[in-house]
Amino acid sequence: MILARLMIQTVVLALQQIWANKVRAILTTLGIIIAVAAVVITVAATTGLKQFVLDQFATVGANKVWIFPRRPDNQRERYNFRQIRITTDQVDGLIANCPSLARISPIMEMAYAVQYGDRVRPFVSVKGIRPEWHEIEQRFVTHGRVFTAIDEDERRQVCLVNDKALSELALDADPSGQTLLVNGRRFLIVGVVETRVVSPMFGGDEASSEVFIPFRTGEMMRPEPRMYVVGQIKSPDLVEDVKAEVKFYMRKKRNLGPDEPDTFGVEAIDQIIEQFKKIAAGITVFIGGMVSVSLLVGGIGIMNIMLVSVSERTREIGLRKAVGARPEVILLQFLVEAVTLCMVGGAVGLAIGQAMVLGLRMIPDSPMKSAAIPLWAVVLAVLFSAGTGVIFGMFPAIKAARLDPIDALRHE
Amino acid sequence: MSRRHRALGEDEEEEEEENRNRSVLRPECPMPNASPPMTIRINQLHKVYKVGTERVHALRGVDLTINRNEFVAIMGASGSGKSTLMNILGCLDQPTKGVYELNNKPTHKMSAGQLATVRNEEIGFVFQSFELLNRATALKNVMLPLIYSRKHWLTASKRAKHALQKVGLADRMKHRPNQLSGGQRQRVAIARALVNQPSILLADEPTGNLDSTTSEEIIALFRGLHAEGQTIIIVTHEEDIAGNAHRIVRLRDGRILSDFPTSQDPIHQDFLRRALEAAHTAAAPVASPHNGTGHDGAGGSHP
Repeated sequence: MILARLMIQTVVLALQQIWANKVRAILTTLGIIIAVAAVVITVAATTGLKQFVLDQFATVGANKVWIFPRRPDNQRERYNFRQIRITTDQVDGLIANCPSLARISPIMEMAYAVQYGDRVRPFVSVKGIRPEWHEIEQRFVTHGRVFTAIDEDERRQVCLVNDKALSELALDADPSGQTLLVNGRRFLIVGVVETRVVSPMFGGDEASSEVFIPFRTGEMMRPEPRMYVVGQIKSPDLVEDVKAEVKFYMRKKRNLGPDEPDTFGVEAIDQIIEQFKKIAAGITVFIGGMVSVSLLVGGIGIMNIMLVSVSERTREIGLRKAVGARPEVILLQFLVEAVTLCMVGGAVGLAIGQAMVLGLRMIPDSPMKSAAIPLWAVVLAVLFSAGTGVIFGMFPAIKAARLDPIDALRHE
Repeated sequence: MSRRHRALGEDEEEEEEENRNRSVLRPECPMPNASPPMTIRINQLHKVYKVGTERVHALRGVDLTINRNEFVAIMGASGSGKSTLMNILGCLDQPTKGVYELNNKPTHKMSAGQLATVRNEEIGFVFQSFELLNRATALKNVMLPLIYSRKHWLTASKRAKHALQKVGLADRMKHRPNQLSGGQRQRVAIARALVNQPSILLADEPTGNLDSTTSEEIIALFRGLHAEGQTIIIVTHEEDIAGNAHRIVRLRDGRILSDFPTSQDPIHQDFLRRALEAAHTAAAPVASPHNGTGHDGAGGSHP
């Protein structure tokens, strides 16, 4: 009770002291200010950079996973194609059995000659897909419509084309209703799919003409289709979960014994992401080390100024003791003063950090668009500055508490 | 221990006085027979300091009883143990040996924390150099002891205002010490000493830093407080200040040299007579250096 009351009074007193000696307080807490500002900016920048890179990945497939047939190494003769190929049955089973997958679509890749009027393009990429594919690949229909369940079930001969095909085949800007010949079959165009140029860094190449048809229509064109599956993970953190779920289901479905290798592959480009996350963590640790050195230096500054404060105010301490302040109360007073000083430094550091982060975000086309100080960094900064205050304020506070009131009152 | 506050001249004076009064130790009847409740009881008090390898005997067996509503002056030369006694009386220090009971509480057995509580609740200090906090207003200064009080913190501001009114500074509450005169500062300090309603008011050379007019004001304030029932112990080396007390305890070499009511204290009476003579030889109506006779009644009539 008495301590809580004193604490509040002491904080007010300490703030008054700091206000009265503004320049001194700023110089004293400079170490703390720099440390806190540094940690805050680093964390915010790393967060922003991480978000930026993850966003980049997301366009290509940070959340994407591929499931495809794969013959085990050195045992090519043991497993024939029929054994390892993925079936629509397995695809539907994956959807039901892998809770970490948001959606999947089988893809059948073919290449056929495509003809519109008198224009013929040989070896145009023709893909059999399900409507989920648009969401997974982030390539949406800009004109017309997506495939419907009826298109799929009835194996209707409808197709989507991409922008490039429009120009190569000299189609209308909105070609819905026009018809194409794909491998000699007549397909009704129902819409246009946007072309996403993937950065060469991730293996993308120049856009070429593409035609998309409903997956089951594709099955009709090829009785024993080669297909693979592309899926979208619910969150980038679930990569390992998805791999485990897919492996568990596929091995069970294919009756693979414990000593048999996988006859399929599951891949996500999570290795790159992991690598990047490690680098980000490394930067954080490195900066953390520098910050602790800075806090140490700042703490010594605090200790120094608190020692000065104790000797400047020896008579005051003597007086306070004479009128009945117990030693522990004096200890608390100086400790609270040191902590308050540090916390003010921490707050100034946070403010500077926030200002610099806002500055970073103002830069046009900056990869730091989403840089922000996370709450945990704020809490950490405050705790660390308070901790510095306690550790480095303790010695001067003990010194003050142990002063003999008689000697203190006689002090010149 | 820096106990070198006294000027040389005074030491010589003391020397002279003591030669004259070597045999005088106790009056016939030092105190009334236990009618007022006892405040301070000191029995065979010893205090030994260690200064380097040397042992300094500051107090060598002091016996002293001070009752409620007494006004006592403690006098003595530098090194007489006066300051040490005062520190122990104020619970700032503890005796090496002996008994000090304050309101029947054995303070010689207490811990530092308990002593702090006793100082907070039982003792009001007035210092020679006021010891006010310069950055705080008069009111805040007076409130200081109440910050550490378990009882009175809720009414702190009210009590502090009341104490300031009592010392006549009701209109100076919001002033800082540097906006006040020396006398006003000492009044603030007295208000601070009174704010906890202490059982004893302990003043260490309270007029030491004041001019004579202001000193008289402060002394008048002490007399007024005493008239209201406050127990006051004043440590001084000035005879005219001590003359305001009703009892003078003189220390020498860590022992009590004499303990008389002011009217029976030979040294003080001698001082008064000489002051009177000096006034006569000057033959001017400039008034005596200090008129100590008026208020303790018996001063002039005693030989």
